[in-house]
Amino acid sequence: MNPELTAPDVAAAPPAKRRASWLSFDNRFIAPVFITIILLVGQLVGGILESYEKTLLAIFAAIATEMLLGRIFTNKWPHLASAYITGISVGILVRSTAVWPYLWCSVVSVASKYVLRVQGRHIWNPSNFGISAFLFLAPFAGATLSVQWGNNLTAMAVIWTLGSLIIYRLRRFHITATYVACFFLFALVRSWITGDPFQSEIAPITGPMYQLFIFFMITDPKTTVCSKRGQCAVAAGVAFVEMIFRLLEVVHAPYYALFLVGPAANLLEINLTSRRRERVAAA
Amino acid sequence: MSSISIEAAKATYGGKSEKETLRNMARECGCRRIYKYANDYGDKKTHTDYFRIEKPGDEERLRSSPHVHKVVLVYNDGEINLLNPQISHFVTSVPKILLVLFFIGLLATPLIIKWRSQPKDSSPVDKQVALSRYGFKLEEVSRASGIDFKHQAPTLDPKLDHIMPQVASMGAAVSVVDFDRDGWQDLYVTNSGEGSFNALYRNQGDGTFKDVAAEMNVADVNQAGTGVSMGAVWGDYDNDGYEDLFLYKWGRPELFHNDAGRGFTRATETAGLPAWVNANTAVWFDYDRDGRLDLFLGGYYPEAVDLWHLTTTRMMPESFEYARNGGRKYLFHNLGDGRFEETSERLGINTRRWALAASAADLRGTGYPDLFIANDYGVAELFFNQEGKRFDEAGERTGVGFAPKSGMNAAFGDILNQGRFAIYVSNISEEGVLVQGNNLWLPREGTNGDSIQYENFANAMGVELGGWSFGAQFGDLNNDGTLDLYLVNGYVSAEDRSSYWYDFSKIASGNSAIIADAAHWPPMQGRSLSGHQQKKVWINDGTGHFTEVAQAVGVTDTFDGRSIAQADLWNRGVLDVIVANQRGPLLLYKNAVAPENSWIEFELEGTASNRSAIGAQVHVFWNRQQQVQEVSGGSGFCAQNDRRLHFGLGRNPRIEKVEIRWPSGRIQTLDRVEIGKLNKVKEAA
Repeated sequence: MNPELTAPDVAAAPPAKRRASWLSFDNRFIAPVFITIILLVGQLVGGILESYEKTLLAIFAAIATEMLLGRIFTNKWPHLASAYITGISVGILVRSTAVWPYLWCSVVSVASKYVLRVQGRHIWNPSNFGISAFLFLAPFAGATLSVQWGNNLTAMAVIWTLGSLIIYRLRRFHITATYVACFFLFALVRSWITGDPFQSEIAPITGPMYQLFIFFMITDPKTTVCSKRGQCAVAAGVAFVEMIFRLLEVVHAPYYALFLVGPAANLLEINLTSRRRERVAAA
Repeated sequence: MSSISIEAAKATYGGKSEKETLRNMARECGCRRIYKYANDYGDKKTHTDYFRIEKPGDEERLRSSPHVHKVVLVYNDGEINLLNPQISHFVTSVPKILLVLFFIGLLATPLIIKWRSQPKDSSPVDKQVALSRYGFKLEEVSRASGIDFKHQAPTLDPKLDHIMPQVASMGAAVSVVDFDRDGWQDLYVTNSGEGSFNALYRNQGDGTFKDVAAEMNVADVNQAGTGVSMGAVWGDYDNDGYEDLFLYKWGRPELFHNDAGRGFTRATETAGLPAWVNANTAVWFDYDRDGRLDLFLGGYYPEAVDLWHLTTTRMMPESFEYARNGGRKYLFHNLGDGRFEETSERLGINTRRWALAASAADLRGTGYPDLFIANDYGVAELFFNQEGKRFDEAGERTGVGFAPKSGMNAAFGDILNQGRFAIYVSNISEEGVLVQGNNLWLPREGTNGDSIQYENFANAMGVELGGWSFGAQFGDLNNDGTLDLYLVNGYVSAEDRSSYWYDFSKIASGNSAIIADAAHWPPMQGRSLSGHQQKKVWINDGTGHFTEVAQAVGVTDTFDGRSIAQADLWNRGVLDVIVANQRGPLLLYKNAVAPENSWIEFELEGTASNRSAIGAQVHVFWNRQQQVQEVSGGSGFCAQNDRRLHFGLGRNPRIEKVEIRWPSGRIQTLDRVEIGKLNKVKEAA
């Protein structure tokens, strides 16, 4: 028996310490509930949605695609939390006067999970892939959310606080914290390089788009590396590449940065793992 | 990290299904992930166990173990999912290939949509081709007509130097008036440089114009310390038969009384106008139907801001789409003796959104004019006029005030010949950065009165994307019986190959603490912001679709268009087009229309109603259709059209009825009207 994997039978071990009762409901529902809160706060405070119909279309399209592809390719009904988050992200982030981008973006996002896989892992965050594809392939049809939620500081503070608590509960806060710290650091660097006011460099992160980006995209467990240090490195890498894009005046810098860095990190990890296995097997 | 066999796990944690067992185990153990995997443990036999992931590094160690052949399930924060498709049912090649093909097709879809939506060839064509294909042709004739006017922008406080082009980006305006009642439409054009002169182009009736502003005393209105002109609207506020001039500025608004077409006298003090308003819109309308024209004035920057002497740089909008820190609004009730009483707050118009365009029309058939305001940095507002006693804001409930955009135009037009007005609002569209799309609000079928609802048909009808859009006006440019749409655009045309959009999008997303302070805005450094844009001329096919033909019919300029007005300048039965450009020339597009299409025009004069007849509606019924138009005291962006109403009638028209609904409430039916003529109608007693 491989000693690395040998461990006492869990049945014989004392039960692990229970978590505090707060937020102890099923983890699967935390992220969907949180993003729904963001949606509701954003809409009720600032009326951020392009329309209710388009947002609902995005959500239903994502869920339907997940159910269809999950059933076909895994022979079971998939859990829909991920699709719901994808749909709602698309519904909030995509800004288009046409209807089709919402449908298209949701379907592409979810389908990417089933198509773009390496050794069983999908390597892009679904909504990041879908929105990046939309911005790159269909700039004529729309853009992304780039404004405030009604400029309400309280709403923003609530979302940041709640988001941080939840992401901490999900043991992903280190990713968010790393990214935010790096963003501010690189904003300083950009300001120094370009001569633009520091306030203008940090302006984007005060917007709701970044709240979704920080809490839902870069922390996606499926599309980041396993180790905590690696996750922090990836977050820092995203912020760095974003800085490069911003210096090149690329409007959608954060999406494209994650689009490049996330999969690159995953592929690197997969590659290193395979090599390690090969070495062990050869030994 | 510890392992447990499936059987032991089920016995310990219960659960009717494997899924339930996994969830129970996760809760009981407090672990984050549980791997179900197949392991040979080196003995070449497959053992299936669960592994709990408890510590950092557990997952990596498990994944990287050479002995783990098949990781089947991951219990990830409550979600059970496939990790490794190698052992799943996923690897069924045909569905996978189909999925990949579907995915590729999906990614190609936008390219196909773009290819299919490319406008058909709209390159310039000669006059005969344009006339036969589109029914009209426009020719720019400003110089030939004696017009040589170039707009100058203001130079504001040096604290705004770094973003001056975008702050000092308005002020070019044109309004049409027959100020001397000689039967020929004249043009008043505003300038915005400190010390610059506005122009009043008298139509000499021979195809040329002469600037008489100085001799008429309405030229030198931009002296330092008084602000600069933003626009002007004409209305006969004292019912003496001559149109008076109201000039709104970023500065001191001015009212000029028209002395029988021989000159103008300042009436500002008598009228009781405020000392300083940073206004970008004004409308004459008789909101209480007392026979005297009242005046709406919409502030943009707060009235306390002197843009030449800033005490703070915190004078920008607090949000790109939700700003409420703009200028106040004024509603001046005409007391009839040359004085006006400010009534906005008392009557319910109490808003500090950033108004850029306003227009009034009876949208609900109540007989009272409603007020529509297109706001920059926010939602539009629609004020329902409750019998002249109160205005109720109904933007959100009617649908026009739901999605915040950058409203810059308000124009009404009966585009489907149904006797109801659509509202056209221009916004910003910049490919890939900000696609707000313009709005074409049509009354929803079956709704009317206070419960009227509007739907945006701009996309469906093809008039949505117009770049950084400013002024737009409806008018039947080819006399085919349906209203066409002319739109000007372009914000800041500077260096052709450099764009400020990245920086603009950066700051636009910032919190109010950042965006509201001009000092935080990145410098423009000579870059363009949606500059050098092609204008849009959409012709209406009468069935709810517009086709863009600007280049083909001769509209090829790319100046930063602001204000556009339409008028029959040479009394030929066609609508000519006048365009005022920011930091650019005043353009005069003379229209040539296919002669087979007929037309009719009306010049109204109120008696019980205000003499300008502003607010009077003319319904023309012909060939089993009808079209309504209303005399307007200001529409579009900083513009006012010919007060005479022009109807194209198409071929072989047979007019069934012409009905005039006067602001007084009187309804007058015309028995005999002449097609191909200007019909002068005085309100019947």
